[in-house]
Amino acid sequence: MALSREEVLHVAELARLSLRPAEIEIFTRQLNDILAYVEKLQELDTTGVAPLAHVIPICNAFREDEVREGLSLDLALENAPAREDDNFLVPRVI
Amino acid sequence: MTEPLYSLSISQLAPLLARGEVSPVEVTARLLERIKERNGELNAYLTVDEAGALEQAREAEACLGRGEAASLTGIPLALKDVMVTRGLRTTCASKILENFIPPFDATVVARLRREGAVILGKANMDEFAMGSSTENSAYGPTHNPWNREYIPGGSSGGSAAAVAADLCIASLGSDTGGSIRQPASHCGVVGLKPTYGRVSRYGLVAYASSLDQIGPLTKEVRDAAILLNTIAGHDPKDSTSVPQAAADYTEALGREIHGLKIGVPREYFGHGLDPEVEAAIRAALKTLAGLGADLIEVSLPHTEYAVATYYVVAVAEASSNLARYDGVKYGFRAEGKNLMETYLNTRTQGFGAEVRRRIMLGTYTLSAGYYDAYYKKGSQVRALIRSDFETAFKACHLIACPVSPTPAFRLGEKLADPLTMYLSDIFTISANLAGIPGISVPCGFSSQGLPIGLQLLGPAFGEAEILQAAYAFEQATDFHRRKPPF
Repeated sequence: MALSREEVLHVAELARLSLRPAEIEIFTRQLNDILAYVEKLQELDTTGVAPLAHVIPICNAFREDEVREGLSLDLALENAPAREDDNFLVPRVI
Repeated sequence: MTEPLYSLSISQLAPLLARGEVSPVEVTARLLERIKERNGELNAYLTVDEAGALEQAREAEACLGRGEAASLTGIPLALKDVMVTRGLRTTCASKILENFIPPFDATVVARLRREGAVILGKANMDEFAMGSSTENSAYGPTHNPWNREYIPGGSSGGSAAAVAADLCIASLGSDTGGSIRQPASHCGVVGLKPTYGRVSRYGLVAYASSLDQIGPLTKEVRDAAILLNTIAGHDPKDSTSVPQAAADYTEALGREIHGLKIGVPREYFGHGLDPEVEAAIRAALKTLAGLGADLIEVSLPHTEYAVATYYVVAVAEASSNLARYDGVKYGFRAEGKNLMETYLNTRTQGFGAEVRRRIMLGTYTLSAGYYDAYYKKGSQVRALIRSDFETAFKACHLIACPVSPTPAFRLGEKLADPLTMYLSDIFTISANLAGIPGISVPCGFSSQGLPIGLQLLGPAFGEAEILQAAYAFEQATDFHRRKPPF
């Protein structure tokens, strides 16, 4: 299932990336090379094999729900590219 | 003292500090001076914290004066720039975090500080730990101290080069598909990837969360055990860190390995293995046998699927983890006319090509209609790969094999072809998929004088046995004593 140029552009948009014109062809070729290689997995019959998403047998690491000190507002906002009072500032959305 | 201070290991330096024969300030100042003089040749450090390091060294000196030395008091270390350090710039070798000053310490960093370590600075790496050569750094590649025209390996290339070139006493790196073991092998130092969950990932900038693990890169095996003693253990801040208590990993060092069953996986010795690497590994196996280990052939039948599995699982996790870089909360922002354009401009200008490639791959393989064919399939094959190891470890205690199919390659050699670069991780990736620990220990040199590493893999939580065998091998050989012509 080779990716077309349009699909590559669509995936880029989904990932909130834009491709420079010179990159489109290179990315399309490279992504297709990698996907073609990954196709190798289809050689294996995995019927009935439970997917492994996590290697250690830890399930639901709970802790007491107690109030603790967190990052202060100022520290949390310290690295913001733009802030206004106690908020992150972004371009107008509406 | 014949050897310069900067060339010492932790286990050589600590007693000198404890006895007051050298001072932490003296050692730190000497290393800072050497970094200033020589780092330009290697680009191993992205950030050097001169003032902070000297301040920590003075504190260490005061501690030693009061007789309150801890295990790392006054030991100068480098940290891969993927672990956040409070008040000290952490870039992940990305433009998107160029000016990021973390407001907190990663758990491993807090643990190092508690033990009195001095943090010299932050080491270069592939951007967001994505790469095998440290060429994907937004701040230029790191050079291999054994030959500056060659890559140091990656993604922890700066950490490995800094250790090999005596620009620190030891360092920490992170390993998602081989990123500690492979640069350790290429730079002729020791590199240990612990079991998944053994070391807290809190404050480790996430690449592929189910695979990432922090570990030491050191001049000798004992130092890896010493650092693991400090960083291993449960952390309530990382829900994937395991609750069982960590061992004293130095305890088994020096115990003989007579009767230890070492499995040699037949799939690791086939096509694509450089003859010089093969010869070095075969010779290493002979050394292990000479020490009394029983070598037995084992099979890891799904080895040839490991790279494909990794590039499904890792990129899926990466696409999700890196969604956080939006130019809003921290990091670089490129302004746009509206929010969407701000996102697009920020991420396009902030991320390098390899990072964007992996984000796009992950976005595609997780997208509607493709999930079963890629992510689900990959996770199923991952289960098969883990079960290969479970079967093998019924017949042997440890597995011995190459770290990398070739010695370090030339800078630029594989840059245009990502897939070729990916395939160079064939022998290290499986351990991350299975969650098991592995170490690289120096075992030879190519005819061009480039280092070769032996990989020892163990079952989950088998760090003590891996270190025991690596130590026995190291003590029986002298590859670790050679220093690069730097």
